[in-house]
Amino acid sequence: MPGDKPTRNLEAALFRKSVASDLLAHRTMTIETTNTANPTTRLTLANGLQVILRENHSAPVASFWIYYRVGSRNELPGLTGISHWVEHMLFKGTARFPRGEFDKAVSRAGGQFNGMTSQDWTTYFETFPAERIELALEVESDRMANALFDPAETESERSVIISEREGSENSYAYLLSEELQSAAFVAHSYRHPIIGWKSDLTAMNRDELFDHYRTWYTPNNAVAVVVGDFDTTEMAAAVERHFGHLPPGPQLNLRVAVEPEQLAERRVLLLGDDPTAYLAMAFHAPAAGHADFFPLIVLDAVLSGAKGLGIVGGGGNNRSNRLYRALVETRLAVDVGSSFRPTVDPDLFSFFATLAPDVTHNAIEATIWQEIETIQREGVTEQELAKAIKQTRAQFAYSSESVTYQAYWLGFAEVVASLDWLETWPQQLAAVTSADVQRVAQQYFARSRQTVGWYVPNESAGQSGDADEGWGEDADMEIESAE
Amino acid sequence: MKRPPSYPGSADTQRTALPNGLTLLARENHSAPVVVLEGMLTAGALDDPTGLAGISSFTANMLTRGSEHYSYRRFNEIIESVGASLSITTDSDSLNFGITCLSEDFPTLVEVLADSLRRPVFDAEQFTLVRGQKLVRLQERDQETGAVANLRFYESLYPAHPLGAAVSGYVETVGAIRLEDLAAFHAAHYTPHGGVIAVSGDVVAPQAIDLLAHTFGDWQGAPHLRSLAEPAPLLNPARVHATVAGKVQSDITLGVRGIPRTHPDHAAVRVANTILGVFGMMGRLGEVVREQQGLAYYAYSSQDSSRDSGVWMAAAGVNPANVEQAVVSILAEIERLAAEPVLPEELADSQAYLTGSLPLTLETNDGIASTLLNLEWYGLGLDYLAGYSDEIFNVTIEDIQRVAQSYLRADGLVVVTAGPGAPST
Repeated sequence: MPGDKPTRNLEAALFRKSVASDLLAHRTMTIETTNTANPTTRLTLANGLQVILRENHSAPVASFWIYYRVGSRNELPGLTGISHWVEHMLFKGTARFPRGEFDKAVSRAGGQFNGMTSQDWTTYFETFPAERIELALEVESDRMANALFDPAETESERSVIISEREGSENSYAYLLSEELQSAAFVAHSYRHPIIGWKSDLTAMNRDELFDHYRTWYTPNNAVAVVVGDFDTTEMAAAVERHFGHLPPGPQLNLRVAVEPEQLAERRVLLLGDDPTAYLAMAFHAPAAGHADFFPLIVLDAVLSGAKGLGIVGGGGNNRSNRLYRALVETRLAVDVGSSFRPTVDPDLFSFFATLAPDVTHNAIEATIWQEIETIQREGVTEQELAKAIKQTRAQFAYSSESVTYQAYWLGFAEVVASLDWLETWPQQLAAVTSADVQRVAQQYFARSRQTVGWYVPNESAGQSGDADEGWGEDADMEIESAE
Repeated sequence: MKRPPSYPGSADTQRTALPNGLTLLARENHSAPVVVLEGMLTAGALDDPTGLAGISSFTANMLTRGSEHYSYRRFNEIIESVGASLSITTDSDSLNFGITCLSEDFPTLVEVLADSLRRPVFDAEQFTLVRGQKLVRLQERDQETGAVANLRFYESLYPAHPLGAAVSGYVETVGAIRLEDLAAFHAAHYTPHGGVIAVSGDVVAPQAIDLLAHTFGDWQGAPHLRSLAEPAPLLNPARVHATVAGKVQSDITLGVRGIPRTHPDHAAVRVANTILGVFGMMGRLGEVVREQQGLAYYAYSSQDSSRDSGVWMAAAGVNPANVEQAVVSILAEIERLAAEPVLPEELADSQAYLTGSLPLTLETNDGIASTLLNLEWYGLGLDYLAGYSDEIFNVTIEDIQRVAQSYLRADGLVVVTAGPGAPST
């Protein structure tokens, strides 16, 4: 009997996170070990590669992650999706590991591997039985410098990536989120999808891909993380042995457009053949390193439950939050959520709802706004703050079970903010007050700065509840001042 | 750094069989202040009455929405205020449940779980709410090409048999289920007899066993009976296209009936499947369909075995224009597995992968608890892992070809595509 969903995602190209930038700041050979329950050692090789090592002997396994500080954020119009495509090309062979040999070598050693591209970073990982972990250093140092970008392989991968994109395009929820994202930004590169526009995927050529690779996939633009059952001194030497001889890359153009303040509401209307209606709303929100980041994380947890960080956590029960009670328990929506993720540059705080039959988008919008305005007016309760803190503590504990998750977190944190930012996450969260949450709700949520997307089924899709619904006709249209 | 891996086994796992037929397993792991519990009962979607597909799934959904001592509201507050998760879901031949929590909260979570499983109240308002959610999710599912291909595949593989029906049901059947049907299903099919609960984490094993025995020991129920007709044999290959309008990608699911978990060919089928569509980048299928032809982002195979049945299948998502080419390529690889011996290095690679990756499976409490649960559920014995490596390495090239010939037979093959338009044959 079927489970109802196909599985197997080779990449989670669509999850969003990221940041970084002081990449040349640590060009010393210093080794520094933080003095915590999980001693973490940092070093920087002469070629600029940053290294983070954390021993963990609770299971005979180890995980290696390499993060490159490049993602769709660094892409120019006409070349959207180039980072994700380059990520794929690093599985397509080097002289030493011709196509297919990398995957086989890792699997043969009992390992797991994958690659992922986000807005802010590209990462690869291998998790192995501990005694085989050096193979990860071997394959990753090889493809950092020696990927072939064979023209025929590049062409073959074009259609694979277009197929990946078309799989997403089958979903109107995906299409709506893509439209919303590109409407919310007018200047910053967060406006385009990580996988790229299909027109760019059709037009891009091998030399452009190779040039992107040689520019960004360099020791001085990378962070290597190893967590697991190893000896730090031995591992540091192994990293030096495999990566130390690689030459640093070119000076990078780190300029990214600054998104101007949004002054007017923006709306997108998507029509289609699927009968289930969706609504998305988004507001510009600060980067991971901003002082308002943690109050907004608490606000997100109060609205729709704590999410955990990145690929880990957030799988818990989530029904006592404000949005679920206001929209799902009242049968306006069958699903609702909010999302706020750590990114290098300011991205979006967003809302998403799946409408119940015969409910208008206006009713959903009005109800989400009621919840926002209640917090703007009254703040949140002590009980809600305590819950967000305990949920976070639990999620940190769950993630500490797995060397793969730990290494992911360490590298991710270093790229979007810093290791300190990660280590002090629970304390920073605990310091957030109701007044802080109220203030950020007032500051970032305003009708004049919202981007709203509706997916409305065509009448032929079997639902007519929204057919005559006017734009915002029932919603409270009062305009708030920008600050 | 170089110590032998210590796999869970009888030496470090406490096992207790309660008089009511429930089996308890506990293994300590103090690496993090976390406890994971995984369990199964014998009630499953195969018990859905004809015409009411989805009733076992609906029943399971209602269990976390109010029980005698924990109202819906209180359940949510207790679980969520401590950042725990408690889930109850259905599979074809089992009810699956689980807890993940900090160790300090484990006793509370066990209390809530037991009340949910044993004493649900089936509140009318919650029933209406859940039904509304389920109907919209089924409506969404019926627009997903991968899900639709999968549904039609099982229906065609087991025509007019409960093994072919969707676990979560259909819009028509779920819409027809009444509140009293759920209460009746719970009363008729939920029993501790034959159930298993496995715990891994930051607990003292005897105390965890005592806690579970105390909480579940007085639950009484008869052994679960399920009389299923033997599925009629498939006499001809089936080819089905399900039209899903407005899509830019089609999904392909094709395959055959497989074998139960305890079948003597299970290890050989597992290794054969790894060669076909798992090893490295999705095995031979990934190599041919994705790497060589660039047709698909995913093209893989899987084999799934339950206590009494199994399925061996392949799947791919491709542009509608490439459906036929992809189907032909996948079928050619399936035929080749039966027609030609695999290369010695292919066998060795897949054996190395299946045995070498075991430590990764057993890294987390989640992995350990679900492994223990499976060992007990399928009657493999707690020391099964000690012999696992030999079992895999004993598979020969001849075994691979033999199981491919035995099970991947053309006359039992079902090929389903889902996407826009009609098939281009």
